[in-house]
Amino acid sequence: MLIADSLTFEAGRRALVRDVSFSIRPGELLLILGANGAGKSTLLKMLSGEKSPTSGTVKLHDKEINRYSPSLLALKRGVMNQQNVINMAFTVSEIVMMGRYPHYKNNPLVNDSKIIQQVMELTGVNDFAERSYLTLSGGEQQRVQLARVLAQIWDVPNALLLMDEPVASLDLRYQQQTLAIAKMLTKRGFMVISILHDINLAAQYGDRLLLLKNGRKWYDGTPAEVLSSKNIYEVFEIDSDVYTNPRTLKHFFIPKDVKITS
Amino acid sequence: MLILALLISAGLSMGLGAVQIPLKEVIVILGKKIGLFSEIPVSIQHEGVLNIVRIPRVILGLLVGAALGISGTAVQGIFRNPLAEPGLIGISAGASLMAVIIIVLEATLLVGLSNIMGYYIMAFGAFAGAGIAALIVYQISRTDGKSNVATMLLAGIAINALAGALTGLITYAADDQQLRNITFWMLGSLAGATWETVISLLPFVLIPLLLLPGMGKALNAFSLGEIQAAQLGLKVNVVKRNVVILATMAVGAAVAVSGIIGFIGLLVPHTIRLVIGVDNKHVLPASALFGALMLTISDMICRIIIAPIELPIGVITALMGTPLFLYILVKDKKKLVI
Repeated sequence: MLIADSLTFEAGRRALVRDVSFSIRPGELLLILGANGAGKSTLLKMLSGEKSPTSGTVKLHDKEINRYSPSLLALKRGVMNQQNVINMAFTVSEIVMMGRYPHYKNNPLVNDSKIIQQVMELTGVNDFAERSYLTLSGGEQQRVQLARVLAQIWDVPNALLLMDEPVASLDLRYQQQTLAIAKMLTKRGFMVISILHDINLAAQYGDRLLLLKNGRKWYDGTPAEVLSSKNIYEVFEIDSDVYTNPRTLKHFFIPKDVKITS
Repeated sequence: MLILALLISAGLSMGLGAVQIPLKEVIVILGKKIGLFSEIPVSIQHEGVLNIVRIPRVILGLLVGAALGISGTAVQGIFRNPLAEPGLIGISAGASLMAVIIIVLEATLLVGLSNIMGYYIMAFGAFAGAGIAALIVYQISRTDGKSNVATMLLAGIAINALAGALTGLITYAADDQQLRNITFWMLGSLAGATWETVISLLPFVLIPLLLLPGMGKALNAFSLGEIQAAQLGLKVNVVKRNVVILATMAVGAAVAVSGIIGFIGLLVPHTIRLVIGVDNKHVLPASALFGALMLTISDMICRIIIAPIELPIGVITALMGTPLFLYILVKDKKKLVI
């Protein structure tokens, strides 16, 4: 269980996140949506323990997140960051193995090698496991990073997985694949929170959507509850039509043209 | 294999120089020390040269080379940049500034200090200089409890320029003899090797050599990024501080006894990475060994090339290092991303 209680984050005199509260249970996939600068990444950084809120608390399994030692926290939650820059020519499997670092002291155990094998197959990076990370395309690198984070929490019960735009540079197939992996993890009792930009992808996979605007929580609910033309206009300021897929009964939206007059 | 090459070159290096001693005799003389070959007669002159000059010199070369090699790897790991080396972030310049100050002041203030104390003063002074430089660079680059690598490198450049200018200024206060010392020392040399220098250097190099290889995992995690390393449970600031202290210690002391020997800290880790990969668990010990090997060979060359006169070792490391470095760069352009 993760509980965010009236989180506020101020940078200078500007509040980037204002009074956001919500909670998530094991087995839930929560997707955070919002316009650029709405405070999504800042919120996620407070949830991961990277930033301390100006006021408010984050509790993971009934304990405040900043009271965990870094090494204990690393055994409870994994974070997939938006930006990952590596300058050294590590091989893919070496990078994925770094996800297991919190679990072993000097040398990886058989179990660690087994786990990185599993997550590399799952994320489709197995074919280039021995290639240098630096020679990969942006999307391939992102999948390697996902594999690394999955390796970190693969065998942790009720682990928390936080992802900041995990599908940003992925092709269609791996966008679906990534969300499907997240969904599968929730079936195993994980709590997954991810920032997404693609509303349709969010509606397709999310158990719950959290819509942020100007640092505030604007809507919080199931895709069916939250996604309407009116709500989307409020948060993103674009006109759209929202339909229901007759086969899956899930919502999807089609944006209307934006007119620019010069 | 590295260890074997190291042993052979150390043996050769002990034999070669102004007085030539065959490798066989070197082995016999070394063997006598641990009770072997006591029945084989050797030249007393050769034994004396080995004991007083060659052995301490080779050991000094091994220590300095290992110190520079492993510190280069560690600093590159912390800065997450294969271009970083102790020279770049002001550590060497800080050490040399303090050392020059000590050389110049020695005549006026520190007269009467015993030899061994003198070496320790030099080592401590250089360590302090290196430490102060590292500390300034480190503090400047910190914002919100995190350090910014770009700022750190730029601050290092500034500290280098400042320390260089101050060093230049101080040389005006030096007399002719000191000036010659300073010049020779700025190009690096192992010629000052005695048992005293070896002993004064030993703790400063041994501690980093023992502790740094254990930080391979932490440095690997660092290469993912500081935030990512913290998410993997690393106490990022503690690791950074420890590495900077250990690298400063090794480099400062090495500079104190042998002057500024360029290129080892940059070249050695690069070469090792291209051969055995970038996993710091292996790169750290390997670059200590390879650094020791490089420096022993360089020292040997600078002693025999125009014997009995010696070249400064910095000249040789640069002459040997640059072509090799450029060759690697051109050959493996694709593997290197900076």
